[in-house]
Amino acid sequence: MSATTAPQTLIDKIWNQHVIRELSDGRTLLHIDRHFLHDGTNRQAFDGLRRIQRPVRNLNLNFAVVDHILSTLPGRTGESHPPGIERIHALRDNCRQFSVQLFDVNDAQQGIAHVISPELGITLPGCTLVCGDSHTATNGGLGAMAWGIGTTEVMHVVAAQALLLRKQQQLRITFNGRIGPGVGAKDMILYFMARHGVTAGTGCAVEYAGPAIRALPIEARMTICNMSIEFGSRCGIVAPDDATLQYVAGRPYAPTGALWDRAVAEWQTLASDDGAPFDREIEIDCGRIGPQVTWGNSPQEAVAIDEPLPDPAAIADSARREALARAYSYMDLAPGRTMEGVPIDIAFIGSCTNSRLSDLEAAATVVRGRKVAKGVTALAVPGSMAVKAAAEAKGLDKVFRDAGFEWRNAGCSMCVGSNGDLVPPGKRSISTTNRNFEHRQGPHSRTHLAGPAMVAAAAVSGCITDVRKLIQ
Amino acid sequence: MEPFTVVKGIAAPMLMPNINTDAITPMAAGRSTSVDLGKMLFNNWRYNLDGSEIAEFILNRPPFRNSRFIVAGENFGCGSSRERAVWALMRFGIRAVIAPSFADIFRDNAYQNGLLPVVIGEADCAALGATLATASDPQITVDLQRCVVQTPEGCELTFSVPAERRDALMAGLDEIDVILSMEADIENYQREDRRRRPWIYLDR
Ligand code: SF4
Repeated sequence: MSATTAPQTLIDKIWNQHVIRELSDGRTLLHIDRHFLHDGTNRQAFDGLRRIQRPVRNLNLNFAVVDHILSTLPGRTGESHPPGIERIHALRDNCRQFSVQLFDVNDAQQGIAHVISPELGITLPGCTLVCGDSHTATNGGLGAMAWGIGTTEVMHVVAAQALLLRKQQQLRITFNGRIGPGVGAKDMILYFMARHGVTAGTGCAVEYAGPAIRALPIEARMTICNMSIEFGSRCGIVAPDDATLQYVAGRPYAPTGALWDRAVAEWQTLASDDGAPFDREIEIDCGRIGPQVTWGNSPQEAVAIDEPLPDPAAIADSARREALARAYSYMDLAPGRTMEGVPIDIAFIGSCTNSRLSDLEAAATVVRGRKVAKGVTALAVPGSMAVKAAAEAKGLDKVFRDAGFEWRNAGCSMCVGSNGDLVPPGKRSISTTNRNFEHRQGPHSRTHLAGPAMVAAAAVSGCITDVRKLIQ
Repeated sequence: MEPFTVVKGIAAPMLMPNINTDAITPMAAGRSTSVDLGKMLFNNWRYNLDGSEIAEFILNRPPFRNSRFIVAGENFGCGSSRERAVWALMRFGIRAVIAPSFADIFRDNAYQNGLLPVVIGEADCAALGATLATASDPQITVDLQRCVVQTPEGCELTFSVPAERRDALMAGLDEIDVILSMEADIENYQREDRRRRPWIYLDR
């Protein structure tokens, strides 16, 4: 970079490196380095490819996985969940016909796309990565520019390895200070949304920065980036650093030898320059963050465990007020109380937000030596078969099983209720997932989002509980 | 994609904010290709657990059963990237959604399929919704040629659409054709980039 170059953001740098062509109308044809297909939404993309009679342009840059609609039960096959069979077979047939590499049901590398892509070293710092799934920004935890796309764009990527885009605005969220005991990445991002709302990032790509982000291990950075879409940002990223390099080194698809050295030299330039212009900036003081849990049907409806629930009557905007009243009715809760002591039926630990080894460890720390409360169904679902194996090597499966948790195979599971793992109508779950929308975990399910330690605390207490009381 | 020029029809007021893709097309409501997406639109709001219709839900009430438009609150389409949310709306007969703001992925998916996302200010949306709720004939016209919405009272609300999206919608053009017309550029980029960043290409 010459001395006269204007300061650039991290996102500017990655964007510029991927420009294939700029069109006169302001759009850019951008190169896509990595693409993940999955069983949930990608079938019509292959149909589109057949319609335009094209092959997959770059076979090495496209991967597929079965994650959304397959059973997580022990001994599962692609046929264990009958409503998913048709789609799993379609994905297999399409991958075979187009020669796309598929991580299939029985593959030791199978798992949720956003969990296995970093884990396998498919995601690299500075790469552009897309997937037909809104939580693709999870990969931003490694310093990749990653975002979710729809099925039509999936077809564009397989056909052209490129997308036609307008560059988004840029938002930097700086997390200052340090988080306290019993508080983790999930609490940081829920706290952010509770204050800034679910449209804070609409139209923006987000860079997460600040000492509290730098202090987070890579897996926790992925949790933060994962939730970007919940406040409107398709893309969230953390600049790569030494921790990133350590994470990536030696992974199956990561470069080695001389190629590794060249890549590292390049990755070390990937940080926002001093004075780089952001369209918007928000700062968060982490010292104030307590363990968070959502009470309503929007991820912004989060409170600290000891904070009273908001009063809709105090809200001036009528649409907002009505939405809050509707959430209270759906969730069968009342303003004024705290979430402490709300009884739960189901505790779910899993999903691309919180299903990596460190998440399971955080939950196991709380669960160890305790029992799941009577009447509570508790599930621990590792994000990948590799996470499962690593957890078993550390004896975590035993901790969960001894306590009365079900220990499952990898997949999306109860996050979205499309594989048969459902919260029954009217039942209340506390869940490490990312969405508490009405009916998300099944028709008439009630979902409370929280971090893995808080979910574990609720599982063993039978009600939503301040995890700090259990880890003293 | 289905072209859009001037469309007239019933508009349903659904003014709540943050209508998400799980509300529009719940995952648990069936994943098979044989499911009629138009029938499962807003599945959990439209039907009881036994499959019977919830009479009060707006799209179950005449004349809104035949809606061609939805007037919504802010952040319409937030949540997942599932394009079936757009397909289900179109399959039901919806050609445009009018709202103060849209979630980014939903908006792009809508454009790719010929569903027009119309951004109108919050106050105008609220007023239009209130009119529709009581109008004897809750019809509006959405004119993409002139970029205006004509309300039941004959008022005109203007909106803007990026030029390339408008051109594509009016002609029913698919973006893939534009992209593939630049294949030589993609080829050149990758040749250069292979030298610059060889670790990206996973040549085996
Ligand atoms: S775990 Fe949930 S949010 Fe993540 S990809 Fe699967 S369904 Fe989507």
